Amino acid sequence: MAQSTTRKKPVGKLIVMGIVSIALYSTLLLKQDLVNSTFARGGMYALLPIITAFVFSYFHGSFTGHFWTMLGIEAAKKKKEVK
Amino acid sequence: MHDVLANFINLDAITIIYLFGVGFVGGLVSGFIGSGGAFVLTPGMMSLGVPGLVAVASNMCHKFPKALVGALKRAKYGQVDVKLGIVLGISAEAGVLYGAHIQEKIKASFGDAGSNLYVSVAFVVILATVGGFVLRDAWKTYKDGNSNAVEKTGKLAKWVQSINIPGTMVYFKSINARVSVLFTIPLGFATGMLAATIAVGGFIGVPAMIYVLGAPSLMASATELVIAFVMGVGGSLKYALHGLVDIRLAMIILAGSLFGIQLGAIGTTYVKPFMIKVVMGVIMVIVLFSRGLMVPVYLAQLGLIEKLNDGTVSLLKTTSFGIMIFALLLGAFIVLRAMWQGRQAERLQQASGALEHGEV
Repeated sequence: MAQSTTRKKPVGKLIVMGIVSIALYSTLLLKQDLVNSTFARGGMYALLPIITAFVFSYFHGSFTGHFWTMLGIEAAKKKKEVK
Repeated sequence: MHDVLANFINLDAITIIYLFGVGFVGGLVSGFIGSGGAFVLTPGMMSLGVPGLVAVASNMCHKFPKALVGALKRAKYGQVDVKLGIVLGISAEAGVLYGAHIQEKIKASFGDAGSNLYVSVAFVVILATVGGFVLRDAWKTYKDGNSNAVEKTGKLAKWVQSINIPGTMVYFKSINARVSVLFTIPLGFATGMLAATIAVGGFIGVPAMIYVLGAPSLMASATELVIAFVMGVGGSLKYALHGLVDIRLAMIILAGSLFGIQLGAIGTTYVKPFMIKVVMGVIMVIVLFSRGLMVPVYLAQLGLIEKLNDGTVSLLKTTSFGIMIFALLLGAFIVLRAMWQGRQAERLQQASGALEHGEV
């Protein structure tokens, strides 16, 4: 029987978030001329960098979180709450 | 349009790796002490040929998503006081706008050298007083052997908590007391002003939460991430309206810093709270020397002292930047070392617990 203390590693989530992150970064760098000319227009286009930052942080942030979990680097178990 | 695009540099593999690496180390420190890294990133980008304003704008645009991810992570550990973060963050936003306005005025009156001198003097004065105080407090805690004890509320914070101004009192969970917003507003404002001046508002925000409001170090550094997020969104939007954000630079730095911030946040669960003060104090004091070296350069440019020769200027600039990178790397090293020791101690504790359990 599996030990209850062994947590399941988030392999699936890591792969999905990793693929999405790579796709986002590839698009950004491959289409950088288009991105630069559109994002730098100012005005209403100012929302584009902000939205991009949120989207990247969601997918890449999840990926990096799962990445450390996969390596076994997780928060200490003793302290859940700060006094 | 052409003028705006001329602001954006060409990216090659080395530049990408460099930005990713600096982002990672900056993120690691930010995840731990709530801020930091930005003071290296802006000059770091400028050394690649990025114009100053684009560097500041792109740095800010990577800072707010990074702070968001860090705040969410640390909220899982129960370290974030969202209400305090938002209250301070809104007044910090006002501080950012005012700080930027002052910068513009100084630049218009005294040119780039005047503006740089103002930034360097702000760095030196604030880092010397606040950084020195933080480091002294951490050293005292260590020397007295109190590093394991629960942090005590200081005299100033007790006084602030005892003041009751009807109609302005708000309860904050991190402080576990009601504090007047008439105290939090100037603190947030000062945090924002510092962020607009030296790019790291946390050097005022975190010590202010600890020593003036009475928040524990871990909660103060985690809550700073909420302030950085609130400030960062507003600031980025302001710069983006003028087309100054180079989203490629911001997202590449973000790629590295999100690895770092997750690790830094995890690190806080392994260390004694006074380590936050150690890392913050050490970085602040070292960076102070870095900026101090540049003061004569700007004084000479303004004609206030004798002109320095080109070799001296170049040496001072290189040394100053080197010291800044050293400060960040040392901060990262202390974080990783403290985390490693914490993990080892936890493993030992678990092993001895299991052994005792076996014996019974």
